[in-house]
Amino acid sequence: MTSFTTKYIEIQGVAQTFKTRKGPFRALQNINLTVAKGEFVALIGHSGCGKSTLLNLIAGLTTPTEGSLLCANREIAGPGPERAVVFQNHSLLPWLTCFENVYLAVERVFSETENKAQLKARTDAALAMVGLTAAAQKRPGEISGGMKQRVGIARALSMEPKVLLLDEPFGALDALTRAKLQDELLQIVATTQSTVVMVTHDVDEAVLLSDRIVMMTNGPSATIGEVLQVELPRPRSRVALAEDIRYLGYRKAVIDFLYTRQGHVEKAA
Amino acid sequence: MVSAVFHSPLEAAPAARGGDKPKARDAGPAPSATTHNMTNPSTIPPAAQAAAPAAPTRAPWDASFLWLAVLPPLLGLGLLALVWELVFMGTGGSIPSPKDTLAQAVQIFSDPFYSKGPNDQGVGWNVLSSLKRVAMGFGMAAVVGIPVGFMIGRFNFLSRMFNPLISLLRPVSPLAWLPIGLLVFKGANPAAIWTIFICSIWPMIINTAVGVQRVPQDYMNVARVLKLSEWKIVTKILFPAVLPYMLTGVRLAVGTAWLVIVAAEMLTGGVGIGFWVWDEWNNLNVKNIIIAIFVIGIVGLVLEFALIKLATAFTFEEVKN
Repeated sequence: MTSFTTKYIEIQGVAQTFKTRKGPFRALQNINLTVAKGEFVALIGHSGCGKSTLLNLIAGLTTPTEGSLLCANREIAGPGPERAVVFQNHSLLPWLTCFENVYLAVERVFSETENKAQLKARTDAALAMVGLTAAAQKRPGEISGGMKQRVGIARALSMEPKVLLLDEPFGALDALTRAKLQDELLQIVATTQSTVVMVTHDVDEAVLLSDRIVMMTNGPSATIGEVLQVELPRPRSRVALAEDIRYLGYRKAVIDFLYTRQGHVEKAA
Repeated sequence: MVSAVFHSPLEAAPAARGGDKPKARDAGPAPSATTHNMTNPSTIPPAAQAAAPAAPTRAPWDASFLWLAVLPPLLGLGLLALVWELVFMGTGGSIPSPKDTLAQAVQIFSDPFYSKGPNDQGVGWNVLSSLKRVAMGFGMAAVVGIPVGFMIGRFNFLSRMFNPLISLLRPVSPLAWLPIGLLVFKGANPAAIWTIFICSIWPMIINTAVGVQRVPQDYMNVARVLKLSEWKIVTKILFPAVLPYMLTGVRLAVGTAWLVIVAAEMLTGGVGIGFWVWDEWNNLNVKNIIIAIFVIGIVGLVLEFALIKLATAFTFEEVKN
């Protein structure tokens, strides 16, 4: 069992307040979390609990109202390719082919040090990693939702990011495609040793993929309710784990948190 | 007056052949051919339709296609001819009959490019010189309007700065600018071009600006995460995302420009289809006026159609899941 001791991402006393028409809305408060290098952390909670808000903060797409975020001991001042994001709706540019979508990212990160052939090779390698070599010259409109999401992952990984941020990457996919992509992600992360923060609302996905599950309380003013250490040996196999007593235990713990202690209360309008 | 041009029967057409659509879509690898047929079935003659690349994927000959795509337009034209004939009989011949007008048209189009001095030129020359003015005024409007639209869309400050100006000037009839043009440029031809410039620039500025403002935040987030340079943002994200909006602006602008040039030329004289109408009115040659009306209509239709084709070629499927 690997142990994660180094602090790589540090989130200290973070709070986020949005200005709305009805006055300030406090989405997150008192968030303290550290993620070690090479660790896979899942953020789980009911919808509207601010897990995506927290991910956007780590990505640097938004800045916190209070507190500070550090990555590799440096303050996160804005978004950057070292913290690659895989967006929920894949966000591929529809006028570029899959290859060009990935190449755009590769070119941005490596064009100063590498020549065109190397950049092309990197792009091809990223697409090969997600099994999309054949679809490289297709546009996003011509491929399925699962394939689009794979291109999104390829684009993120091609930048060799220090941190991979996944915002419900498989949320819009059907169950079978989702399972397949989860397995692929498991393999890819095992190969690349990436540090990953993933937002999800899928209990099985969280337990299967992560080293730690960060469970968030319901918003507004959401915070971290509980952190669960998942000590299942890697490589993990979906089929073998299905009957594993520890797996079922972790699963039970998360479900217990989500549905018993943080049973989703519809906001009184 | 603008909207009259854009609700052409072409836009109502896609619904007509709904039955074919799913089949064509299943065929997959010929997406361009599919959109091509869906956009404008009624303007393509039946023979061309059958020979189009999508033909193999379509069911064998389809009687409902004939029923919906060919018959109604023909009936419409027939109705026009009928009303025209009735007006001819009702006015006792001061409006010429369709038959006489057709004969005159055949004669005129048998020699469209003659030139007997500045006031007597073939209809071809008249149309070409009008198109030339439209192209020049319109081209300048594009050169100025599209970058301005980009700036206004990108920077909120500029948007707030120029919005009152645009709101104030846009409703002004372009012809009101003609005297200013005559005064400043001291010539009929540049004044007409100036009028075209003024009327074309608003749709281009406004549509481009709206397009820039509506670029999905997701794309901009990608740009931010990748930390793309402003140049890359413009060329790889903004420009392709705005292009469909921009082409709509161009289409609106061309439509207005073609409306305005006729009126402007009536006032300025010279060679041009608008001047021709006015000249034939002075000669009391009503047949030629009616022919001119058809010519103006057909040229406008062709311009519109060409720009719709251009727009569909550059419109990409919006990103969904």
